[in-house]
Amino acid sequence: MPTEGPTPLERFVRGILPENPVYRQLLGMCPTLAVTNGVAQALTMSGAVLFVLFCANIITSLIRGLLKPHLRILVFTLTIATFVTIADRILAAYVYSMSKELGPYIPLIIVNCIIICRCEVCASKQGPLTAGADAIGQSIGFALALLSLSIVRELLGTGALLTGTALELRVLPTNWPNWVVMVLPPGAFITLGLLLGLANWAASRLASLKNRPA
Amino acid sequence: MKYLQQAWLVLALALLFGASLAGVYVALADKIQANKLDETLRQIPALVEGASNGQATEVAGRTVYRALDAEGKQVGWVVPASGQGFADTIELLIGLDCQAGNIKGLYVLSQKETPGLGSKVTESRFLQGFAGKSTDSPLSVTKAASPGAGEILAVTGATVSSESVTQIVNKNITQLRSELASAAQLRP
Repeated sequence: MPTEGPTPLERFVRGILPENPVYRQLLGMCPTLAVTNGVAQALTMSGAVLFVLFCANIITSLIRGLLKPHLRILVFTLTIATFVTIADRILAAYVYSMSKELGPYIPLIIVNCIIICRCEVCASKQGPLTAGADAIGQSIGFALALLSLSIVRELLGTGALLTGTALELRVLPTNWPNWVVMVLPPGAFITLGLLLGLANWAASRLASLKNRPA
Repeated sequence: MKYLQQAWLVLALALLFGASLAGVYVALADKIQANKLDETLRQIPALVEGASNGQATEVAGRTVYRALDAEGKQVGWVVPASGQGFADTIELLIGLDCQAGNIKGLYVLSQKETPGLGSKVTESRFLQGFAGKSTDSPLSVTKAASPGAGEILAVTGATVSSESVTQIVNKNITQLRSELASAAQLRP
């Protein structure tokens, strides 16, 4: 089968920064805002999304020849829902306290647009190798975005990273006045707005540097 | 036949995925149940004042926990209860005194209510409202600022979730009381 569209490597690299799901595509905003109050939560969510996106992309890619255009979204949703349920049960069995903390946000991965977008854009048109590379690239991009938000929020909100886990790391001095608002919902919007602005500014700077006549 | 031609993939995938989910459930159910049991036992000291330990026992076919103090004397009951919430099943732990006549404490074991609204039923501000209530008559939900004797202050914006929790508590306490009463009559 002739390969059309980007190669696996291109797909992989694009997902991380140039087409970063959060900063460039503005997809998956619900988990981005809701579970970035701590680094541990952000990492768990990223791991769950990696698992679901990878499995959904591979399955979709394998059955792409059988898809009927008007039933494809139904098939994507069915596939995604299955792997989300598996991820949810695995978390409940092996990291119970984290599963309780994330509550409904793991089941809500079903409606995360990043995954259905990758099934539609990449996996339903390209082979499993490309789809797999795409899933991993996009998941790394998503994880980096969640990490960047959660590091800022948890650090300013509590003065430490990975609070409540065995790896708790005190970064700021203990007399740091915890900016509690940062771990509350408003902090998510403030941080996302500022980081998004920064990302856009950096992207436009890069573009203008590239386009400058020699 | 035409429909089958169009939809066979969806049907086949639904069967396949359903079967694999059943497999995952069977493989993990015991582990998840053990996690919940662990949490239940950990919560017992907080639910019943003076309790330091819990002991599972059967009352009329359902598992409840005797809350025991340091000397092994029973100081109350802890009853796992569940029922329909706004979004999904809510699972509770109800702490009661020895006669099941007063509520000692309440804890939400699992819920999938709306984040930020219904999920506030897990907060102590709501749950504390149950402590010390008599179980002689069913509790009801109120929005008044100062709830009366048999009333629980609802969570703002989450009347359905508050109502669900209260009804689960009412139903399970009534059941337990009648079961305890009939168990006491059977005893010689």
